[in-house]
Amino acid sequence: MPEKTADTAQTPKKAVSRSEMSKAAWTWKEMKRNKVAYALIAPFMILFTIFTVIPVVLSFVLSFTTFNMLEWPNFIFMDNYIRLFLDDDIFVIAVKNTLIFSAIVGPSSYILSFVLAWFINELPPKIRAVVTLIFYAPSISGAVYLIWTVLFSGDAYGYVNGILIYLNLISTPIQFFQNADYVMPLCIVVALWTSLGTAFLSFIAGLQTVDHSLYEAGAVDGIKNRWQELWYITLPSMKPQLLFGAVMSITGSFGFGAVVTALAGFPSVDYCAWTIMHHLEDYGGQRFEVGYASAISTILFLIMIGANLLVNKLLAKIGQ
Amino acid sequence: MAKKLRTRKHQVVLNRSAGGDAGITVLLVLFGLFSFLPMLYVILQSLKPFDELFVYPPRFYVVHPTLQNFSDLFTLMSDSWVPFSRYIFNTVLISVVGTLGNLILSSMCAYALSKIKFPGAGWMFQVIVKSLMFNTTVASISNFITMSLLHWIDTYFAIIVPTFCSTLGLFLMKQFMDSSVSDAVLESARLDGASEFYTFLHIAMPMVKPAWLTLIVYSFQGLWNAGASIYIQSEQLKTFNYAISQIISGGVARAGASAASVVLMMIVPIAVFVITQSNIIETMSTSGMKD
Repeated sequence: MPEKTADTAQTPKKAVSRSEMSKAAWTWKEMKRNKVAYALIAPFMILFTIFTVIPVVLSFVLSFTTFNMLEWPNFIFMDNYIRLFLDDDIFVIAVKNTLIFSAIVGPSSYILSFVLAWFINELPPKIRAVVTLIFYAPSISGAVYLIWTVLFSGDAYGYVNGILIYLNLISTPIQFFQNADYVMPLCIVVALWTSLGTAFLSFIAGLQTVDHSLYEAGAVDGIKNRWQELWYITLPSMKPQLLFGAVMSITGSFGFGAVVTALAGFPSVDYCAWTIMHHLEDYGGQRFEVGYASAISTILFLIMIGANLLVNKLLAKIGQ
Repeated sequence: MAKKLRTRKHQVVLNRSAGGDAGITVLLVLFGLFSFLPMLYVILQSLKPFDELFVYPPRFYVVHPTLQNFSDLFTLMSDSWVPFSRYIFNTVLISVVGTLGNLILSSMCAYALSKIKFPGAGWMFQVIVKSLMFNTTVASISNFITMSLLHWIDTYFAIIVPTFCSTLGLFLMKQFMDSSVSDAVLESARLDGASEFYTFLHIAMPMVKPAWLTLIVYSFQGLWNAGASIYIQSEQLKTFNYAISQIISGGVARAGASAASVVLMMIVPIAVFVITQSNIIETMSTSGMKD
């Protein structure tokens, strides 16, 4: 590579076309010509590498070791993974809960985001803006989900218990967040309540950009109702948004650790709402078993990427 | 073929049955109530005087609204170990600095990726898209190691600097630039002798105002709502969100104050969204991904 650039440097007058250069030489020349581009991306990319790329790779590497922040790590190959799946009963519960939670919250929030965006699409702009705010507000209001602990509080002042007692449906207050039967469903409801976020906005915007003449052409071509119109015209026209929304919903559905902790406690009763995120926090943030925690985060990473690939495949079938 | 065409504002409405319209309206109202009532409940709760908070059976509406809870909140927090204003200061500092850094770094990077053809741009953007597919919690353990090596544990840096490279804003900005900044305009500026940096700052950036507003809103919302972090131990570095969760865990006795603090917390991001909504929707129209 260096000799090639030396050649071009010696004959600066003669224009060199791409076909006369090797691929490496061409790339090198282009890189030098675009120095400013690298300067522009450098600050972001360096930080991104330090705080996102390296950590993912590092977790993968450390997951094969006994690292604990104090001693030099020993390489133990698959032992952490074997321990996770065979010796750690709580991890198995965590995987089960995470899969249940994400399999319900992810798709439900995705479908809900789309359906609601579709419903409000034909409203007049002013009303649409207000309705958008109503649905979107819970997802941006931070700790507001904590109000659900007050609504479902375990004493008679809890709003839900109060109503149920008043209607004589129950005689003593239900301890919603201490009862393993209620914790998971409640967490799912609250997570759904806060889940109409980026995907929802993306769908609203996407629906607005569908070419209107397509609908008229569709009506002429024999589309009879709004459902056919949705399947044959709307959905295929906004595939890029659907894909983006899916990525947002999947990532989101694995990001509710804090919501669950706030509602159900850390740990939750009988580990009934214990997820992989909690297991990770427990071993990484509290016990500093970094090697073991890295194995947990590697598994979480693989689950998320796997979910994305799966959804990608499914979305390819739209409108067929 | 004598089917009567339905019209809305004198425009023919295609393929719309009245039954479907009614069903959709009913569903919208139901979901709207599900979404809105808890929010309304917090607001009403925060306005209730002490005796109304504990009426039995619990009452949804408020008879004598008062701002007592808000002033109580400050008295309650003034005798805590760290003054309440410190939590607010922390959250404001983190939100403003983090957002500013993210905005500057992301827009420079987005401009280069979108408007300069250089070797590596394609795969770098692919890596960024892939990074949207997983939650940053998977990086938290290794980041803890990085933070200790940098001696950033228990400093503002540990919270602020990683947000500089959050990728969602960059992704949205790059997509928006792809579709709304014309290469011809940039090219003519370059031919006139403008430097690449000048072109970026004075020509491209003003054309993508919706995108940077969106980036600001997203980054700000995320940081404003940041709660406890594993990198922070000192009480005086903790955030407003953390303080609120402490108040709420104080239980029923603080019901009024906790509702008031939640209202304070949610007003800011909601206000920001209301002001910028149309810009955000405009940005989102280009948010799509290709297979």
